[in-house]
Amino acid sequence: MLGEGIIKGMVETAKNFFGSYFSAERLTTVEYPEQRIAPYEAARVFPFLVFDSKNHAGGTDWESGLRCVACQICEKECPPKCIFIEKSKDKKPDALGRLQFYPARFDIDISVCMSCQICVEVCPFEAIKMDTEFELSTEDRFGGLLLDRKQLAKSNQYYHQIHPAEATGVDAKLAAEKIKAHAKVKITDEAKTAAIAGAGA
Amino acid sequence: MKTVEEIKAMIEAAVPGAVVEIVPNPSPSGQHSLRLAPECALAVAKFLRDDAELRLDFLSNVTGVDWPDSLEAVYHLYSVEKKHGPVVIRMKTVNRTDQVELPSLTPIWRSAEFQEREIFDLYGIIFTGHPDLRRLLMWEGFKDHPMRRDYREPDDYEYEPTAHDDVLKRAQAHQVSATGQPIPGQEGTEDAA
Amino acid sequence: MSEMQSHSAILADKPQGWNRPAAIEPQNEGELLEVSMGPHHPSTHGVFRMDVALDGERVIRLKPVFGYLHRNHEKLAEGQSYLASMPYTDRLDYICPITNNWAYALAVEKLIGQEVPERAEYLRVILGELTRYQNHASSIGFLIQEMGASGTPLMYAFREREKILDLFEELTGARMMVNYMRFGGCRVDASPGWLDRTRKVVAGLSGFADEFDQLLKSNEILMARTQGVGVLRPELAVNAGVTGPMLRASGVNYDIRKVDGYGIYNRFNFRVPLGDHGDVYDRYMIRMLEMRESIEILNQALREIQPGPVMDPKAKIRGLRPKPGEAYGRIEAPKGELGFYLISDGGPNPYRYRVRPPSLINLTVLEDMCLGVNVADVVLIFGSVDIVLGEVDR
Repeated sequence: MLGEGIIKGMVETAKNFFGSYFSAERLTTVEYPEQRIAPYEAARVFPFLVFDSKNHAGGTDWESGLRCVACQICEKECPPKCIFIEKSKDKKPDALGRLQFYPARFDIDISVCMSCQICVEVCPFEAIKMDTEFELSTEDRFGGLLLDRKQLAKSNQYYHQIHPAEATGVDAKLAAEKIKAHAKVKITDEAKTAAIAGAGA
Repeated sequence: MKTVEEIKAMIEAAVPGAVVEIVPNPSPSGQHSLRLAPECALAVAKFLRDDAELRLDFLSNVTGVDWPDSLEAVYHLYSVEKKHGPVVIRMKTVNRTDQVELPSLTPIWRSAEFQEREIFDLYGIIFTGHPDLRRLLMWEGFKDHPMRRDYREPDDYEYEPTAHDDVLKRAQAHQVSATGQPIPGQEGTEDAA
Repeated sequence: MSEMQSHSAILADKPQGWNRPAAIEPQNEGELLEVSMGPHHPSTHGVFRMDVALDGERVIRLKPVFGYLHRNHEKLAEGQSYLASMPYTDRLDYICPITNNWAYALAVEKLIGQEVPERAEYLRVILGELTRYQNHASSIGFLIQEMGASGTPLMYAFREREKILDLFEELTGARMMVNYMRFGGCRVDASPGWLDRTRKVVAGLSGFADEFDQLLKSNEILMARTQGVGVLRPELAVNAGVTGPMLRASGVNYDIRKVDGYGIYNRFNFRVPLGDHGDVYDRYMIRMLEMRESIEILNQALREIQPGPVMDPKAKIRGLRPKPGEAYGRIEAPKGELGFYLISDGGPNPYRYRVRPPSLINLTVLEDMCLGVNVADVVLIFGSVDIVLGEVDR
């Protein structure tokens, strides 16, 4: 019969239309922004700098707790070159107690950033991670999309909120590194006291 | 699948006067290539396509390369019938400035049509015998050849907040605007903290 | 491994050289209507323009014009390291970022002689076939939309695509621009939970393919508009460098997954569908059948994948400096043969980085297929070539 194929197709369309009243499988949209879907844990939008509230520098504010030591590896590896870092002139102690540089200026131009997350991959200090905040539109086309150090610094607790499993892994890794560093210091101290005792004897 | 030496011998036997030289490829991929002299290229290409053993009827990729002293076109050939390949042939121009002609292989393999146009557009190699040689990606009336290593792009570096290396050099010329005021985001250490 | 046989006699024809179809005489000399279809056009799959010369409704001459999306990808790659070009390859064929990543990783691995661990190969196949499925579904959806179906099949295809993109986001962090492949494996490992969710999604894919088929396959309007339209002869297809579903719809048995056997495709049992006529209907059917073959491969890969490392521990990601040399690596992307040609001079940046775009080469025969047909059919033929401008212009 002519038109049979079209009718078969219409049956499909009807199944989908009426089915959307009954099964969630067929109704696939959500009424954003009133209803939001929670992002996946691994979701990435733009980078942010992690700071620890409890740190060796003594302070609890973001500036003293920044993990970043301005090694500039992320700046070199960033494909669109959207990161701009200026090293500080002085040093401050980092999480392991060693004196490190810190970034006097750390700008990311998020109108250029393409969320490739290579900066996160290459950072040796777990200092830069990916945020999930995407409603960042602003009226200032130039300066408004250039995030500086203060806007980028977010606490470790925030990192635990958005990427819980990843943040726990990072904390475990940093704790292990701390233990190893302390063990090395202890061994060096013991060796020094043994040498003095041996020299004195 | 024959080795490059065997293919070279076959070409020299079948096409009299062909000038073929092997260009070894030191990388682990092992894809050695054959450099052809431009005069014999069309005859060699026809032989490669029609020979009963090689049957290289599928031209996969045509690439332009900019070397310091000349320009080059590299052709990757495969065989759909015999399912072997790749056979890589290359042709070099005499220099980069005025003698930039190479014979077009479009009459042999139609797939070279758009790719040779692109090489003409971006590198400036003129393919003689191409049925429709005009620019492909750039607009007509564009003057330069962008993929060459000495191409200098037009100056649109007014706003570069995170400039590095060459971009920084070109942006520094713009750092003071017409009124003499520095453009926001580009002055020295200004920390919002 | 059974393969659908096609007319092997087709390939026995001698290959022809430069052959343009004979010019079609317009009834009124010198009164051709010249129309520019695009670049602002709802049916041109992106910013693409066709300068069409018409005699009434029949096409006399058609010249494709593109370059509106040229982003200078190849020259950018010469200025940055090999790793930094990986996110840019996502943006070539932006509907299938995984296969672009894979082709680039394959080319670099050929250049440096890098081995890939087995679990990484399985993950690559799983993600690659998911990409192929959603690309073919979307491509059919776009074709039907251009036929006037107002986007209903397209939205059904996108509904399945959403499920696949959710899987990508869970694994790699981004729905589309995944940046997942590395030289020597994959960036992150897939958890067992992800594999279970993938199995659930794949279990639903064949049901969707059935629904899609029932919606469209015997639709009389579809058959009347696409059968016999835009016929591409196999000799011309091979000579013009056409690859992918377009080539197989013309009856040529050439699938790079079978010919080159890159990765671990030799382990999977799948067929290569071939068309008989080479018209738009055949290309639509080939894509439907390839969707089903992708489901076959996915089921096998999800059964066989074993735990293990996903990255070769000796692989260098940052600071890669391949020895001088060159390599051409190609894969069967959903649109055709996607190849990367890299010349290294020993430095951290490639000396020459070339993308062999399947969409661009497939457009070589657009004029040949469109001569003498009506303008409405031009839109269909162009839709059946299935191009994406990110790849054509790079």
